[in-house]
Amino acid sequence: MLDLNTKKIKKNAYRVTKVRGETASRIRVPGGLLTADLLPLIQHIAETYGNGKLHLTTRQGFEIPGIKYEDMDAVNTLLQPIIDKLEINQEIPGKGYTAAGTRNVSACIGSNVCPFATYNTTAFAKRMEKEIFPNDLHFKVAFTGCANDCIKTRMHDFGIIGMTEPQYDKDRCVNCQACVKACKKKSVDALSVENFRIVRNTEKCVGCGECVINCPTRAWTRSPETYYRLVIMGRTGKRNPRLAEDFLVWANADAIVQIVTNTYKFVENYIDRTAPGGKEHIGYIIDRTGFEEYKKWALEGVKLDQRTIVKSPVYWGGIHYD
Amino acid sequence: MGYQIDLKKMNAILADLSKTYTIYAPKRFVGDGTFAHIDTIRYGEISDLAEIEFAEKSNYSFKEVLLPISETLFYFTENEMKEADARAKGAIVFLRSCDLHALKRLDTIYLENGAVDSYYKRLRDNTKFILMGCTQSFENCFCVSMGSNQTDDYDAYLKVDGETVLLNSRWEALDDALAGATAKDVVPDFVTENDTVVELPEAVPQALFDAPFWEDYGNRCIACGRCNFVCPTCTCFTMQDLFYTDNGKAGERRRVWASCHVDGYTDMAGGHAFRNDKGQRMRFKVMHKVNDYKRRFGTHMCIGCGRCDDVCPEYISFSNCINKLSALVKEDN
Repeated sequence: MLDLNTKKIKKNAYRVTKVRGETASRIRVPGGLLTADLLPLIQHIAETYGNGKLHLTTRQGFEIPGIKYEDMDAVNTLLQPIIDKLEINQEIPGKGYTAAGTRNVSACIGSNVCPFATYNTTAFAKRMEKEIFPNDLHFKVAFTGCANDCIKTRMHDFGIIGMTEPQYDKDRCVNCQACVKACKKKSVDALSVENFRIVRNTEKCVGCGECVINCPTRAWTRSPETYYRLVIMGRTGKRNPRLAEDFLVWANADAIVQIVTNTYKFVENYIDRTAPGGKEHIGYIIDRTGFEEYKKWALEGVKLDQRTIVKSPVYWGGIHYD
Repeated sequence: MGYQIDLKKMNAILADLSKTYTIYAPKRFVGDGTFAHIDTIRYGEISDLAEIEFAEKSNYSFKEVLLPISETLFYFTENEMKEADARAKGAIVFLRSCDLHALKRLDTIYLENGAVDSYYKRLRDNTKFILMGCTQSFENCFCVSMGSNQTDDYDAYLKVDGETVLLNSRWEALDDALAGATAKDVVPDFVTENDTVVELPEAVPQALFDAPFWEDYGNRCIACGRCNFVCPTCTCFTMQDLFYTDNGKAGERRRVWASCHVDGYTDMAGGHAFRNDKGQRMRFKVMHKVNDYKRRFGTHMCIGCGRCDDVCPEYISFSNCINKLSALVKEDN
């Protein structure tokens, strides 16, 4: 006879499934990068306590279905080496993953592998994980290496898109125009030629780095600092799915971390306590309070880089079904 | 004359020399590469031996010291012109054996191929060359095949060994500066074998110019020109006449590096271009490096540094192309 507290189960990263008596364990992988030696451990759990199958989640985790509720403690014990290796912020060692509110911080493959990426997305995702986990509030954060946005940050509460500020050494330029062609065909057409030299339209430039990638002589190089575009309050869902809009452009990493942590305080203050499961999407809270109020909380104590452009007010579109 | 000297003392000598010479050497430019967090090794000014990257091959060669990527030749107004001033100081260049052989190719093109190029000459005459040894062959090097792995045509050889510097000087000013140093026999480090071995073709018959062999490169090459820009023996340039926009009647003439792979290289008045196919561009370059130049000047142009193979984003191997071409030539005979 099962006598369960489903709320506690969910907080322990188990799902209450449609199959009576069976749960599913969710293994978060912050930043989406893990060492291959963890796979046999996951396989062992799935074959010992699950139904031998694994689901790859959209947020870069593994879900092990077919686990009996009574095996949760045993599974938690087997999860421990995985949690240790992934450096998860854990409340009680040996007791499995904590919290199902804030979702796994996901990241595209980033500059470890991808030629387009402007920064190490996994490293930044892990830094964010350390700041915001564990937490019950419903936050979705994703990191992507460049404006291609392969991880689809614009469907998140916070999307962090890498930018580099192209540096031009005119004396190394041979006017081959590889940068101009690449920018026109692959990016935003921000480059033009004046007296055989390249002029960058700083208003248009999205910092994707195509000019740097395509320059054969190192006339174009990356800025020593990595910058980020912070897009906010994208979402899927029933009422008003919408893409995230720009909040900061050319922002620094510290500012982004602080804005996300500030937002937890904002949500604590304004969340609708009667919302089902105590969960309400941040975007709907901002819809209620107005953007200016949110901005006040978000930027509290934040030191912005002098290059940073703050978009204000922010308006969102999307489809309204409500 | 060979010497052994304390590293600090050698750096003091360099500091002294830098009053009359700008010292150029391969340096690590952190994060300067094509992709994020990738460094570039290329030439820059140094003031301390610790700044020199001895352990890796430079991605770009020394040639930009003698042939600036973009060089203003003269300024003009309506009725007058003035040559751009030459560099105020002389130059000292640190480079490896293969690049010293490349220097001969530059000299041939700019000093011995018809009229002397005065812009090249005025930089060249004022430059001293310090050889860096090679204790091991790097990836894609094929200097041994090209006979450029050894040289005795240097002003000095320098090797840093911990806190000691070993030198071999053939330059009087440096000998004078090293007067207090310990005399020592110093033999430069040269490699005698490479992993990459290239078999050079005997004279390539005209019939092979249109061989289907080149079509593969036509499909692969993206005409970025990196192979030309990193090559220490590519010497092509183009001209830019520009008028200062606020005036319109005054301006300057610059010469800048050109690449036979990049669009526009064969453009002529009227819009005609005679080598649009990228495979034919590859053929043109390869022929120049390992066939035509030799017919005219007696040595191959390519010196086997392998930088073109290091840099090609499409993984086209020049050395493998030569080997495939040699096999074709043999078949043809």
